[in-house]
Amino acid sequence: MQVDRVSRQYVIRKLLIMIPSLLGISIVLFALLALAPGDPFDELATNPAVPPEVRAALRAKFGLDDPIWMRYWHWLIALLQGDWGFSFVSRMDVSTLILQRLPVTLVVIGASQILAILIAIPVGVLAATRPYSLFDQIANTFAFIGFSLPTFFTGLVLILIFSIQLDWLPFVYRADIAATGWAFYWEHIKQSIMPVTVLGLFQGAALVRFVRSSVLDVIRLDYVTTARSKGIGERKVITRHVVRTALIPVVTLVALQMPIVFSGAIVTEQIFRVPGIGSLLITSMLSNDTPVVMGVTFVSACLVVIFNLIADILYGWLDPRIAFR
Amino acid sequence: MTEPLLDIRGLKTWFKTDDGMVRAVDGVDLHIDRGETLGVVGESGCGKTVTARSVLKLIDMPPGRFEDGQILWQGRDLIPLSMEEMDKIRAKEIAIIFQEPMTSLNPVYTVGDQIAEVIELHQKLSRKQAIAGAAEMLRLVNIPNPQRRVHDYPHQFSGGMRQRVMIAMALSCQPKLLIADEPTTALDVTIQAQILELMQEMKERFGMAIMLITHAMGVVAETCQRVTVMYAGKVVEEAPVEALFGDPRHPYTQGLIRSIPRVDRSAEKKQRLEAIAGTVPNLLDPPPGCRFAARCKFAMDVCTQAVPPLKEVGPGHFVRCVL
Repeated sequence: MQVDRVSRQYVIRKLLIMIPSLLGISIVLFALLALAPGDPFDELATNPAVPPEVRAALRAKFGLDDPIWMRYWHWLIALLQGDWGFSFVSRMDVSTLILQRLPVTLVVIGASQILAILIAIPVGVLAATRPYSLFDQIANTFAFIGFSLPTFFTGLVLILIFSIQLDWLPFVYRADIAATGWAFYWEHIKQSIMPVTVLGLFQGAALVRFVRSSVLDVIRLDYVTTARSKGIGERKVITRHVVRTALIPVVTLVALQMPIVFSGAIVTEQIFRVPGIGSLLITSMLSNDTPVVMGVTFVSACLVVIFNLIADILYGWLDPRIAFR
Repeated sequence: MTEPLLDIRGLKTWFKTDDGMVRAVDGVDLHIDRGETLGVVGESGCGKTVTARSVLKLIDMPPGRFEDGQILWQGRDLIPLSMEEMDKIRAKEIAIIFQEPMTSLNPVYTVGDQIAEVIELHQKLSRKQAIAGAAEMLRLVNIPNPQRRVHDYPHQFSGGMRQRVMIAMALSCQPKLLIADEPTTALDVTIQAQILELMQEMKERFGMAIMLITHAMGVVAETCQRVTVMYAGKVVEEAPVEALFGDPRHPYTQGLIRSIPRVDRSAEKKQRLEAIAGTVPNLLDPPPGCRFAARCKFAMDVCTQAVPPLKEVGPGHFVRCVL
C-alpha cells in the first residue's frame, strides 16, 4: 500500500540522518578527550623501571604523538572494522569490556523507564481529567517531591531503610551470582529493585507533571467535544481521543531526557555499585584509560541517537500528519 | 397541539468564574417541531452556542451549571439524566456540528474511523460494515471518490470538505435533530452556500429537524421556517421567518435586519451599512430591565425598570419589548 511505502521512506530517511550525527558526535568526543590532560602512557613516565626511550618508542608505535585528526582517522577506520581499541589498564579489548557491562545498564535503564512511564501515564491522565481534585493535588505534591530529591539522596535513603534497617535487599549489585535457574533471576530482580525504583520514580515524577499538562491541553480541543457528542462514553473519549494525541509531546520528552537518564544512571550505578557502563566510565576516567572512555561515551551517544530514532518512528505512528510529510 | 420535538423552558446555564457568575443563558424558552428548521440568531456572546451545547450537555461542569429550567426531548427532561443516559441520545437522536471544521475532527484518526466509531456504537455493526457505512455517508454528502477518501486523514481535506465529513458523521445514525452551531461561519462564501444546500438536501432525505445557529440573517432567510432571536442570554423575539423579516418588532431584530449588506441598495444610495451601536452588556451583572435598553434608540424609563414579558403580537410571533 502507498502508506507503507511512505512510512518506509520516512524510517529510511531518519536512519540516514543518524550517520552524520554520529560522526559529528564522535569528532567532538574525540577532540575533547585529546585535549584533556592524561593518556594511558602517563603512568609509564613516573615508572622508573621504564626507560624514556622505551616510552617514546611505545608512544610512537601506538601513534599517541600524531596530530589529532590522524588519530581520529585511525580510530574511525578501526571502529568501522569492528575494532574499538584496547584497554591498557584492563588488558582487554574495549568492545569486550563494554559488552560485559552494557546489558546491566540497559536492563536497569530500560526497566526504570518502563516503570516511569507505567506510573506517569495513568497518574497524569487521571490527574488531568479531575483537575484540582484531591487526587490531582496529591499526585502533584508527590511529583514535586519526587523530582526535587536527587537520586543520590533517595538511593542512600533506600539503602538505609531496605538494606541496613530491614535487611530485605542487597545494596551491592553483584554480577557474579552463583545461583542457577529461578534463584538466579530472583537474585537479579532483588538487587535491581532499588536502582530501578530510584531512577524510575525520579523520571516518573517529572513525567507525571508533563503528561498532566499535555492532557489538559488536548482535553480542551474542539475534537474532544466532537468525540463527546458522539455518545461513545467519557472513558473512550479519554483513551481514544485524548491520550493518543497527548502522548506525542511526551514521547519527545522521554527521548530528550535519555542523556539525562544516562548521566543519572552513572550516579545511581555508583551508589548501588551496579557494574554497568556508568561505573566503567568512572573507573576508566580515573585511570586515564582513554580508549575505554571514548568507547563508553560513544556507545552512550549511540544509544541516545537510537532512542531519538525510536521517538521519531513513534511520532510517525502516533501522528499521521508527520509521516506523510 | 402536538408535543414539540425539543422544548427548552426557562433554561439558565451559568458559569462560575473568578469574577462571579456569568449568566450566559438566562431563562431561554424555545421549541423545535419535527422536521422544521429553527434559526437561532444573535451576535457573538449572546448565548446561542451555550444553549446549543446545553441540549447535549456538552458544557464543562464545573465551571458551568444548569441553574434552572428544563430541556424536554420528546417530553423527557434531559437535565437530570446521567452522562451514560445522555450517551444514548447523543449522535443517535441529537447530533451536532460545530463552527470550526478545521479543528473539530481528530487529526490522528482517518475520517472513516471517526464516522465508523459512531455507526459501530449506535447501530451495533461490525467494524467492516461500519467503515462501509462511513463510505456511504461520505458519498451522500458528495465527497468524490468516497471508497478511497474514507481512509484519508482530516488534514488531507479542505475546510468545506471537513464540514461535509462532520455532517456525514452527524447524520450517520439518522438523528431526529441536527444542531448546527454556526456551520458556515468559518468557510468562504461559495462553500457556505454549498454546505447550506447540502444540509437542506439531507434534511429532506432524512426528515430531521435542524436547529441552525448563526449570526448571518441572510442564511436564516434562506433556510429557516421559524426564527428565535437571542440577546444577552434571553430570547427577545420569536417568529415565523416571513413575519420576522416582514414585520420585525424588537428594535434589536430591526437592527440586525438593517445590518444585512444589500448590494442593490448601497450601490444606488451609497448608504453606509447600519450597525447597532454599543456592545453586549456584561453578563456578570446584567442590567435589571430590558437588556437591550442601553443600546436601544427607543429606550424609555420603563425599559430599565423591569424585564418586559414575552407577548404575542401575531400568530406564533412573540416579542419581549414594551413597544
